Amino acid sequence: MTDEPAIEARDLSLTFETGDGPVHALKDVTLSIGKGDFVSFIGPSGCGKTTFLRCVAALEEPTGGTLTVNGMSPDEARRARAYGYVFQAAGLYPWRTIAGNVRLPLEIMGFSRAEMEERIERVLDLVDLQGFGRKYPWQLSGGMQQRASIARALAFDADILLMDEPFGALDEIVRDRLNEELLSLWSRTGKTIGFVTHSIPEAVYLSTRIVVMSPRPGRITDVIESPLPRERPLDIRDSREFIEVAHRVREGLRAGHGDVL
Amino acid sequence: MRGFLPVLAVLAAILALWVAAVAPMNARQALDVAEREGAAVTPAESRTRFETPVLTLMLRNSGEIWRGYGLERPRLPTPWQVGQELWATTGEMALEGRAFSKRSLIYHAWITLQSTFWGFALGTVVGIAGAIGIVYSRTMELSVMPWAIISQTIPIVALAPMIIVLSSQLGIEERGVPKAVISAYLCFFPVLVGMVKGLRSPTAEQLDLLRTYSASGMASFLKLRLPASLPYLFTSLKIGIAAALVGTIVGELPTGAISGLGARILIGDQFGTPLAIWSALAAAAILAGVLVTLLGWAQAVTLRRMGGGR
Repeated sequence: MTDEPAIEARDLSLTFETGDGPVHALKDVTLSIGKGDFVSFIGPSGCGKTTFLRCVAALEEPTGGTLTVNGMSPDEARRARAYGYVFQAAGLYPWRTIAGNVRLPLEIMGFSRAEMEERIERVLDLVDLQGFGRKYPWQLSGGMQQRASIARALAFDADILLMDEPFGALDEIVRDRLNEELLSLWSRTGKTIGFVTHSIPEAVYLSTRIVVMSPRPGRITDVIESPLPRERPLDIRDSREFIEVAHRVREGLRAGHGDVL
Repeated sequence: MRGFLPVLAVLAAILALWVAAVAPMNARQALDVAEREGAAVTPAESRTRFETPVLTLMLRNSGEIWRGYGLERPRLPTPWQVGQELWATTGEMALEGRAFSKRSLIYHAWITLQSTFWGFALGTVVGIAGAIGIVYSRTMELSVMPWAIISQTIPIVALAPMIIVLSSQLGIEERGVPKAVISAYLCFFPVLVGMVKGLRSPTAEQLDLLRTYSASGMASFLKLRLPASLPYLFTSLKIGIAAALVGTIVGELPTGAISGLGARILIGDQFGTPLAIWSALAAAAILAGVLVTLLGWAQAVTLRRMGGGR
C-alpha cells in the first residue's frame, strides 16, 4: 500500500542464555508488515510469536538482526508512542474506574485534562463501552474488561496495535463477537495490527496475512496472504476460501512440528 | 452487626475459663481466710495445706471455695473485680472531674498512647522507607533484609534498658523518646514485610504495560506499586499499631517511669496489688482493641474509595 513498512524485521534473532544452555526464541526472522495490515502470528507455545511482538514493543532486546518500527528503532518508536499493547489478561487496575484505566496512559503522557476526557469518551465509544466509564473493572464481564483494555491501548492514537492473545481467556461466543468488533474497529481506524493467537479460525478470520511459526528454534515456516475480502461477515467462515486458508495454516503448523513428532 | 456474635461467643468462653480458673488459683488464700474466720478447714494448718495439692484442697473443703471469689488481694481476681477496679480508676474518676489525676488510668493510658503514636509513626515511616529501598535496590535487599529479621529475634526486654541508657547518655531528657524508639523497633517490622510484599504485588504484565508507555520510575511507583500495596499496608498497620503499644508498655517497665500503663503494671507488682495490674492490663487490651478498630475503619473507607466491593 505505502512505500514504508510499519514493521520490518531482517534476520532477527533472540537467544536467551539459561542454565540448560542457550534457548533460541527467535532465529533469522525476516518479515515486513505494511501500514494498515492485519497480521496474525500463529504457532505452538515456544515458537516465538509473543517474543517477536515483545521485540517490536522494545520489551525484549534482540540479540541479532535488525528491527525497525515506523522506520525507527523499537526504543525510539516506543517513545514516539508508535504502538499500543494489549496483553492476554486485561490487566485493568482494580482501584480505577474504566474511565480511570483508559486515562492511565494519558496521565503518564501528560495530556491536558480536557483532552483526556474527550479521548476517553471517544475510545470508549469505539469499543462499545459508552456509559461504563464510571464502573469498576469487577463490575464488568471478562469480554467487556478486554474491550476496556483495547480502549486503553487506543487512547493515545498510536497507529500500531500489538495484541498478545487478547481473547485467549474468553469463551467462544464472546470471542466471535469481539473478533467481529475488532475487524470493524480496524476498518474504521486503519491501524496496523499485530495479533498473536493460538486459534486457526481466529487467525484466518481476522488477518490480511497469517504468519505461521514453529519452535526450537523459533522461526517463520509460512506466510499466507489471505484472499478474503476486507469486509468479512462471520459466516465467511463457511466459505471455500476460508476453509482453504485454514487448511494451509494447519499444514504449515504440522510441517513445523515434523521434526518433533 | 453479624460480626459481633462470634466475637461475643469467644469473649464469653474466655470469661468462663477465667471464672473457672479463679477457684483453684485462689484456693489456698480462700482457706486461709476461712481459717481466720473460724471455719473448719482440712488440713487445719496453713503449712500442711501448702504441701497439699490444690485439687485435693478443693475437694476436701468444697464448702469454702466461694471465698476465693471475694478476696481483697486475690492471686487471680475475678472479671467483675477487675471491671469494678477499672471503672473506679476511669469512669468514676472522670465523673468526679479527676480524669487526668495521677491515680486515674485515663491519665496513664494517655501517656502510653502518646508514646505509642510516636513509635507507630516512626516505625511506619522507617518500615515504608525500608520497603521501598528493598524493592528498588538489590543491594539493600541483600544488606537490610537479614538485619531486619535478626532485629526481631532479639528479645525487646533485653534491648529496652540499653536504649534507655543510650538515650540518657545522649542527653535526651524527655522520657517519651526512648519509649517511642522501643515502640518503633517492634512496629517497623510488620510494616516493612507487608510493604515489600505489597510493592511487589503488581504482575509482570502490569509492569510491562507501564513500560510500553515509557513511564518513569516515579510514575510507575505512584500509579501502580503504591496503590497496589495499600491493602497490604493496612493489614500491616493493624499489626504494627498493636506491636507499638506492646513496645511502649515494655519500654515503660524498666524506665523507672511513674506514669503509663506499663508503670502501673510494675508498681502493682511491687506493691502487691494484683487488681491494679489486671486493670492496667485490661486497659491496655481495650486500648489496643480501639486502635485496631479505628485502623479497620480507615481501611474500609479507603478501600471502598478505591473501588472495593470485592
